[in-house]
Amino acid sequence: MKPNSAFDRRSFCKGGAALIIGFCVPLRRRIPTSGTETGFRANAWVTISADDKITVLTEIPEMGQGTRTADVIMLADELEADWAAIRVEQAPTIPEIYKHLHTGGSGGTEATWMPMRRAGAQAREMLVATAAQRWNVARTECHAENGTIVHAATGRHFRYGELVETASRLPIPPLDGVPLKHRSRFRFIGKPMPRVDTPAKVDGSAIFGIDVRVPEMLYAVIARCPYFGGDLASYDDAATRRQPGVRAVFRVPPIGFINVAPDSGRNINVAAGVAVVADSTWAAIQGRNALKLDWRKGPGAGESTEELRETFQSQARAPAAVVVVDRGNVRKVLEQSPKKVEAEYELPFQAHATMEPMNATVHVRQQAIEVWSPTQIPEITQSEIASLAGVSPDRVTVHTTFSGGSFGRRYQFDYAAEAWQVASKIKVPVKLLWTREDDMQHDFYRQYCLQRLSGSLDENGKIVAWAHRIVSTPIRSVFDSAESLRDPKHVASQEVPEDSFPYQVPHYQLDYAPVHSVVPRAWWRSVSSSLTAFARECFVDELAHSAAIDPCEFRMKSLRVAQGQNTQKYRAVLELAADKSGWGKPLPKGVGRGIACYMFGQTCVAHVAEVLVDGKGNLKLHRIVSAVDCGLAVNPDSVRAQIESGINYALTPILSGEITVREGAVEQSNFHDYPVLRITDAPDVDVHIVPQGQEPGNGVGESGVPPTAPAVANAIFAATGIRIRRLPIDRQLLRHS
Amino acid sequence: MTTFRHICTTIHPNLMREHARFGVLSLQSAGGAMAPIRLNVNGKINTIDVGPDTPLLWVLRDALGLTGTKYGCGMGLCGACTVHLDGEAVRSCQTPLKSVVAKRVTTIEGLSSDRSHRVQKAWIAEQVPQCGYCQSGQIMQAAALLAKNPHPSGDEINQAMDGNICRCATYQRIRRAIQRAAAGEGHET
Repeated sequence: MKPNSAFDRRSFCKGGAALIIGFCVPLRRRIPTSGTETGFRANAWVTISADDKITVLTEIPEMGQGTRTADVIMLADELEADWAAIRVEQAPTIPEIYKHLHTGGSGGTEATWMPMRRAGAQAREMLVATAAQRWNVARTECHAENGTIVHAATGRHFRYGELVETASRLPIPPLDGVPLKHRSRFRFIGKPMPRVDTPAKVDGSAIFGIDVRVPEMLYAVIARCPYFGGDLASYDDAATRRQPGVRAVFRVPPIGFINVAPDSGRNINVAAGVAVVADSTWAAIQGRNALKLDWRKGPGAGESTEELRETFQSQARAPAAVVVVDRGNVRKVLEQSPKKVEAEYELPFQAHATMEPMNATVHVRQQAIEVWSPTQIPEITQSEIASLAGVSPDRVTVHTTFSGGSFGRRYQFDYAAEAWQVASKIKVPVKLLWTREDDMQHDFYRQYCLQRLSGSLDENGKIVAWAHRIVSTPIRSVFDSAESLRDPKHVASQEVPEDSFPYQVPHYQLDYAPVHSVVPRAWWRSVSSSLTAFARECFVDELAHSAAIDPCEFRMKSLRVAQGQNTQKYRAVLELAADKSGWGKPLPKGVGRGIACYMFGQTCVAHVAEVLVDGKGNLKLHRIVSAVDCGLAVNPDSVRAQIESGINYALTPILSGEITVREGAVEQSNFHDYPVLRITDAPDVDVHIVPQGQEPGNGVGESGVPPTAPAVANAIFAATGIRIRRLPIDRQLLRHS
Repeated sequence: MTTFRHICTTIHPNLMREHARFGVLSLQSAGGAMAPIRLNVNGKINTIDVGPDTPLLWVLRDALGLTGTKYGCGMGLCGACTVHLDGEAVRSCQTPLKSVVAKRVTTIEGLSSDRSHRVQKAWIAEQVPQCGYCQSGQIMQAAALLAKNPHPSGDEINQAMDGNICRCATYQRIRRAIQRAAAGEGHET
């Protein structure tokens, strides 16, 4: 079975893909609301009030990816709602009712496609039945239309608000039996709809985790051990206690450090530290600055990027720990090949660096714990905080705020656990804020990775052999039990390509070797795909060059014949991207185009990058043209926005971003030494959607990332003849062009 | 022990000017201890009892509850905390409270009362925000740019906005929205 981290991340939550069915009357009473709306509560997701207002509860946490809007589109379309009458709230963390209280693997829209449509259709059917009853006509004579039920024969109509009282008394039809609209009648699905969260995000009223304000709340920061797995030897807080506004200073013990206690059963890494609680964020920060801290270095005291690089180099040549695929006889063919190509691609650790640093607010009471958190995983946060506190999950309320970016980072709950640790000592609500420095130095980073590829061609330019060695610091060994880590295939399962290999190669081998590191790693937008796509799509380009065939044409003719639908998708996006980018048209000196493609889940993307490298070796990205096949695009404008975002997000590791390690600690601390993409370097981006698909595919939040780095590197080669095999790009290389 | 409590007052701006004229806003009392500071934010005068070196950012957020202005880096590197000081875009994380006395502070909450500022309208029209966290700062920076330079070139837009990081990287839409706002006929505040 193909290891697939997208699936993995979703199955992290039990019952992740289950449909919500059989929703029955007694549960109605259990659904908490903001308390302002009354009226017809058709089900857990939609309430209609007597004044026609429609309140929709959406489950997928909103971190910028736009799934909240997609959910409203799907529900509102089936409900035949008046778009202007809708307001949206985040569903509460009640996992037995709301099964999709998490987002990861770009799976949000796909997961809620049927549930949200059924919720809307169920409400619509009940309103139709109510109107038919009131008019004493057959329900088949009535239909729903823009917030009203119409009796076409007589021209009579009811506004939804006029029906809510009677509708509330009707029996509820089963969700899985309600009729759904034919796609030819979609009003919102497939149209570029405005995001429901835009207004609050242009006037400062959107509430992120950092904005939570609770009566009597205090503010905390933690001085964390900078050495992964290290500990606090001693500290002196005398000066801190003299700081105005400081209320409390105390030690925070580490929880479940990776590679030290892999059997702890906790997917968590909370560093040892000292908490400073104060009247304001600034007072807490000032108090922390006044601490005298003595840290003990941990098991990674000897770990540095240089040392890791040497290990990577040797592992790239050592026998593999795992052979993932071995077809034909790669070694023999490569040995005998007259036209052999070899290359190594190196990618360092990367930070998520979300704009909103990690934070959480927690209030620990006698009988209940309340958590306010920007998170991808409200449900896991609830159950894990309950487990840490030794209470049952229903004693823990998690309020999910907007997340100021996430990109995988908030699939952890370490910051909420820390806030709980602090709040459990202070009997008032506490908001724990990570400063940018905390965030940069205590991330769960993208894996460090080195890939070695060897390939050969026949005299017609066909790929005959392809060997791909992946060496990385695996994500699995951060989280999983020692027992499961004894299976090398399991360790490799989040490191190898998520995309099945699309090219026709008779002799193919993919193998893997892990490297130990104390640096925490986890899911970074598109996970291993951003690593393996770089190596694969750069190497295809190297083979194309060796075969003296145009790189786009080479990909087309190398695509697998037997792969059916996937090959068609690849072909469609390659053709569209080439067409829209003017592929093959002449370019001025110093300008080059590069192409790359990748399939993340079922979403297939091709990018064409156009870059300029001037006489002095300065690099300028002109534009990136992208073609996307994501199945049905529920909100095409959101699809475009996500691909734009994925491309731009991927440019930081290409142009400037690099996390390095010394003595088992991260060396970077803020945007001066981890520079991220700014507007001046952002190219024009032009996204084209392949118009096909009956249903949403595997989302678009991550799909734009993987082909970006290889497209840019291939464009630099086209412009200069220089191969970029290590990121971020060493500008010295370009100066010699 | 001094607390960060906001001592709750709203004074008419004219009175604030009077106070300034008579030197009421001096930060240090005779003994060098802290005195309450009066702060004009979005046309309202607030009296703040807090150290004069406290960054304006934390006064806005923690004391005044104006959470639209965001913390991003604390070093003036990301622009998430951008507000207007007498109409100029500044990084509130690098602006000590004592430096804003007798000046007008405008935050995203004060840019308009109903999202009617031409930059806000353009941001909605271009559907700029994704996570939205940096957008208050982006909008304040763009509004200050257009107030000074009503028709900025592409390079001028890049130059003015280069200090504002967006990790969702909505940069292409930000450029379009600024061009749209510049081309529009809006003469809102």
